[in-house]
Amino acid sequence: MESFERDKRYNEYLKSKIPKTKPWPTLFNAFVVGGIICLLGEVIKDLLMLIPNMESSVASVWESVILIVIASILTGFGIYDKIGAFAGAGSIVPITGFSNSITSPALEFKREGMIFGLCANMFKIAGPVIVCGVIASIVAGLIFLIF
Amino acid sequence: MRKIGKQTIVFEHKPGVLSSYSIVGPKEGKGNFAKFFHQILSDDLFGQDSYEKAERKMFLSAVLESLKEAKLQTTDVDVLIGGDLMNQIISSNFMARELQAPFLGVFGACSTMVESLIVGASLIDGNGFKNAVCVTGSHFSTAEKQFRYPLELGTQRPPTSQWTVTGAGATILSNKKCDVKITRATIGKVVDWNVCDVNNMGGAMAPAALETLYTFFEDTKTKPNDYDLILTGDLGKLGSEILRDLMEYRGYKLESNYGDCGQMMFSNDQKVFQGGSGCGCVASILSSYVIKRLKEGSLKKVLVVATGALMSTISSQQGDSIPCIAHLIELEGKNV
Repeated sequence: MESFERDKRYNEYLKSKIPKTKPWPTLFNAFVVGGIICLLGEVIKDLLMLIPNMESSVASVWESVILIVIASILTGFGIYDKIGAFAGAGSIVPITGFSNSITSPALEFKREGMIFGLCANMFKIAGPVIVCGVIASIVAGLIFLIF
Repeated sequence: MRKIGKQTIVFEHKPGVLSSYSIVGPKEGKGNFAKFFHQILSDDLFGQDSYEKAERKMFLSAVLESLKEAKLQTTDVDVLIGGDLMNQIISSNFMARELQAPFLGVFGACSTMVESLIVGASLIDGNGFKNAVCVTGSHFSTAEKQFRYPLELGTQRPPTSQWTVTGAGATILSNKKCDVKITRATIGKVVDWNVCDVNNMGGAMAPAALETLYTFFEDTKTKPNDYDLILTGDLGKLGSEILRDLMEYRGYKLESNYGDCGQMMFSNDQKVFQGGSGCGCVASILSSYVIKRLKEGSLKKVLVVATGALMSTISSQQGDSIPCIAHLIELEGKNV
């Protein structure tokens, strides 16, 4: 009981000592970099729309593909983690962040072999995102069906 | 060898430090201790095809170079003691496979260096062993892979985080008379004050350092000011501030003779938040700076308290708090 009190007091003390992340500069960096990535996406789409007979929905798909490839290549060259360290959610939330989360474990675990290394670990970080995404879309689908 | 007080050992024959060797990675080589390290790698892969193999090679090189300095052959080694952060301490085991010397693998997370020195000094003080080679180290990239995220993942590190040191240190203890001697040691207890945040190792480990330091001062009837330097392993900036607070609360104020290897390892512009951590942090600084300064006589009495966080990724994910440990050795320099 005595140690429980001590632990509680210590954890409260610890909380008061912990340096906090400064919200405004962090939010600003995330906003700017996230904005630039989205702007890049729009530019890519506008350029794709210059192709004769290009449909908007098809151009959107190609836009995503191009962003994913760019982020994957930047990850391979060791640039995306530096962008991420600066921008935080600004570069994690867009589709480029998803690409990074798949490429980076693939690079990390390729030394453990193709199947049990690369393939088994590739979705280590993106996996939960996909699971939650699928569940969320099922829930949304059911709501849409009922109402 | 005898025990005094609650947890402290007195080494009556004062095992000596015959030689030591430290290797660090390129980032550590730009830090505050750059001029003291024996070898700074230009490439943290050390010519290998994986970081795990590079870590192993650092261990092996540190041992071989320290043997060279001590003018010993691998066949002369009475006992090799080592450990590391990898699962099943693979770096140490694979190094020992190469060396073919009698081997004890130890694990105390980041406290492993001091743990192996205590074991080595005890074996020598017990009058049977001529020498004991103690080695530990860590690698940033292998630790990240095992404990955190892939290197190339674009995440932000929290402000309480520390940077695992790429480095290894080997120290050879001997029954011969040497300039630097190990005189006393305190074996720590596992201390857990219910800290669960794996991104705040300093905060989790500070109570362990407190208990061991406090017990040592009580057992030996000494005070912090009796020492030229009191060095903790890798509490980092925040953790060492906390230790100062806790020690003062217990009646032993730590003055300017106290420092933390993690806090001091990197320079301020290296963006590592709370500083360095890992087995290699205290191992490389102890095997270079501390022993060099003790040898030349500019430091006379030093306490090294290495702290270790004993959790695994599984225990943390299951909601367990972080058990921590700290071991202490007292070193004496020339002409004390």
